[in-house]
Amino acid sequence: MIELGIEEKTYTLNLGPQHPSTHGVLRVLLEMDGEYITKAEPVIGYGHRGHEHMAENRNYHQFLPNMGRVDYLHALAYNQGYCMAVEKLIGVTVPERGEYIRVILSELNRLTSHLLWFGAYLLDLGAFTPIMYCFDDREHILDLLDRITGSRLTYCFYRFGGVPQDLDDEFITGVRAFIKRLRSRWPDYDNLVTKNVIFINRTKDVGVISKDQCVKYGLTGPTLRGSGIPYDIRKSEPYSAYPAFDFTIPIGDQGDIFDRYIVRLQEMEQSLRIIEQALDKLPNGPIMAEKVPKRLKPAEGEVYQAVETARGEFGCYIVSQGGIKPYRIKLRVPSFGNLSILPEIAVDTLVADLVAILGSVDVVIPEIDR
Amino acid sequence: MMTYFKEIATGLWSLLAGMAVTIRYFVKPVVTVQYPRQKIEMSPRYRGYPQFIIDPDTKTHRCIACEMCSRMCPSQLIAVEGAKFPGEKQKRGTKYIHEHYYCSLCGLCVEVCPTTALEFSKEYRLVGLSRQDAVIDHLILLQERQKAAGLPVTPIPTAEEIVAAAAAEAKEKEAKAKAAAAAAAAAKKAAPAEETAKAPEAPAKEVKE
Amino acid sequence: MELLAQYLGTEVGRMLIGLVGVIALVSVNALFLIWVERKVSAHMQVRLGPMEVGPHGAIQSVADALKLMGKELITPEEVDKPIFWLAPIVVFLPVLLSFLVIPFSQSLIIKDMNVGIILILGFSTLAVLAILMAGWSSNNKYSVLGAIRSVAQNVAYEIPLLITVMSIILMVGSFKLSDIVAAQSGYWYILVQPLAFLLFITCATAETNRAPFDLPEAESELVAGFHTEYSGMRFAVFFLAEYTNMFIAAAVGTVLFLGGWHGPILPGVVWFLLKVYALIFLMMWFRWTFPRVRFDQLITFAWKILIPLAFANLLITALVMKLR
Repeated sequence: MIELGIEEKTYTLNLGPQHPSTHGVLRVLLEMDGEYITKAEPVIGYGHRGHEHMAENRNYHQFLPNMGRVDYLHALAYNQGYCMAVEKLIGVTVPERGEYIRVILSELNRLTSHLLWFGAYLLDLGAFTPIMYCFDDREHILDLLDRITGSRLTYCFYRFGGVPQDLDDEFITGVRAFIKRLRSRWPDYDNLVTKNVIFINRTKDVGVISKDQCVKYGLTGPTLRGSGIPYDIRKSEPYSAYPAFDFTIPIGDQGDIFDRYIVRLQEMEQSLRIIEQALDKLPNGPIMAEKVPKRLKPAEGEVYQAVETARGEFGCYIVSQGGIKPYRIKLRVPSFGNLSILPEIAVDTLVADLVAILGSVDVVIPEIDR
Repeated sequence: MMTYFKEIATGLWSLLAGMAVTIRYFVKPVVTVQYPRQKIEMSPRYRGYPQFIIDPDTKTHRCIACEMCSRMCPSQLIAVEGAKFPGEKQKRGTKYIHEHYYCSLCGLCVEVCPTTALEFSKEYRLVGLSRQDAVIDHLILLQERQKAAGLPVTPIPTAEEIVAAAAAEAKEKEAKAKAAAAAAAAAKKAAPAEETAKAPEAPAKEVKE
Repeated sequence: MELLAQYLGTEVGRMLIGLVGVIALVSVNALFLIWVERKVSAHMQVRLGPMEVGPHGAIQSVADALKLMGKELITPEEVDKPIFWLAPIVVFLPVLLSFLVIPFSQSLIIKDMNVGIILILGFSTLAVLAILMAGWSSNNKYSVLGAIRSVAQNVAYEIPLLITVMSIILMVGSFKLSDIVAAQSGYWYILVQPLAFLLFITCATAETNRAPFDLPEAESELVAGFHTEYSGMRFAVFFLAEYTNMFIAAAVGTVLFLGGWHGPILPGVVWFLLKVYALIFLMMWFRWTFPRVRFDQLITFAWKILIPLAFANLLITALVMKLR
């Protein structure tokens, strides 16, 4: 047997915590053979702020601002999840108008999250202009949300029992005008990005996640729906005012990056539909439940409430032992599960593909580290 | 063979379509604002730091130093002190310090105040050279705002005034207690026979939340 | 004094004046192009770009150049010092030398050589060497990756570039750039060779490392590619070389396809510069519209699409020339 004296050596490259494309402080430890990756290992924890520890030392009202900071891109959904969990615990029902307002604001926030993902993802791929167009659209939504909630990014708006302040007429006309405007921009995004041959070559048949892997790793959100599994909490375990609206769940078929991209674009269109229907059907009435005490002392018990955020299933699990502070709040965040698929699908890809795959899974690192 | 050329043709066409979008935006007017030469109006509910509302009737603040805001703040940054001055029905806030560098603008203090004494300001240009520049003394801020609006300035009670008010309060309380005790003794003496006929009164309890 | 008078008005004098002119042109061109790039990119992104320094930010590049000149030249410890120091110089020299043969107008050529076009193509290959030197000597994995990508990319795209240029040379019959321009006095070659023009623009964009082929300096993947470790004036030199390379590529394109300095009314040099800057605007337009191609797709594109098409174009041109 002739043995070649050449050893196959791999070298270690660190896609360090400070990197333009890792969407936060994520470190990916790569073992590379030339330009191909043989092993990828994400290292998390650089953004740990101790939210769950803070939850044990604050009462239920005082924990509200924290929820806006866990995932700042779809903060209203996290607010909604936590408020709904506590409302379940203390047995309060939100009046109908309050639920409709919550849905409208959360869907607008979902639009901002998906628009930002779209722009930032293309920036990772090297196209420098779509992000500017998206941020222009996003500014309109942020101005609208600022009118109602007073904040642009880290919202702390919902309260237990409903919403504290009502919508006004200018907001409603503004939202309708915005829906029209965004619908007129879809052809531009299509021509600039979706049909572009360079983009299609970068995203088709790259980063394929099979249905089996989805279920094994517990993926949720557009990452799951891109592989063909039609699971959306708004349809399978409806909450809030979602049963009243008519919308579809877009799913992909192959599970590659292009499918996840199309799923998110179509989700944006479905959000527009939901907002339109909610504005048409908006009922009159109170926006806040009556008799919600200012110092909550819920009964002993546990509650779990899941909501569908832009990234997947956010679950809020509260254990109460009857005091004014919760015994434990566990936040189940979608990006943690979604990131866990990375080591498996990043093998035998190029660094450029790794960046594309990481972007398409749409992780927000602060919510992984909490 | 044909698919090869077709692919090249569709690819080229998609690139040209993309370029058409960019050149259209090239000639559109810009959507940015040259801050600080041009400014945008803040929305009416914009959350700047919390400040006292200047009551339209009394032209001063409404804080009664109940300390609900201080207890509610998630970041423990409000320090409130109050005193009851002689001749007034309620306590009045004498010190209100708000450490803005940790404030998360959650709005809990604004919402929980029983007299709605707080509102969000519209100030977003917060610049300072040290952390202490972000500590807001609300009574001083109120004076500045009253001066700017041409209203009479609310004087900040000094330490001696507070001590004197506390002493006067204590005296009044003593006098009241004595008077109440004397009245109760007189009532007891005046109606010993009615006691057996009357049902015993349930003692009043203070319900603390 | 007689010796001086003898030398001036001869080749040496001509070349000295040309050298001064070239250095002036290169610096002014780089400053101008940086400002134009920022303004073009800004308006394509519906924003304004530099507005503060000078009217509409016209002096912004000067301010940036002064800032870069004032920066500390950091040399990391483990670099290969001679190569690290030489790389910026080597990247800049071929670009300067290519200016020798460019016909700015009928009389404004420094030296009209017989092998004009081959000189330019030869020197442009030297730039690859400089990138390899920069990447390797930096002792940084990101830089090495950037340099490797750049070498493969440049070598792969040289071939269709050469073949495309050959189709034009076949029509003209000479390598002299002034001959090529003179042969277009009737009609511009872009009208008869549109495919060659497309191929040339693609290869020129790839040769100058501009998007969508800017993998060597892919910002979102490799931090800054081969010039990660360069700071201050050294980085400015790489930048300058890139913009001057763009000018050379656009100038070659103008000479080969757009009729050089031909044009009515205005003097030749004005038409030449207008056409060159139009091609540069086209390259900038590409950069701000398309995402980056992946490395293996880049090589596939060159070998499987560009080279066959370039050969086909050459064969058709030869056939047509033979049948004439």
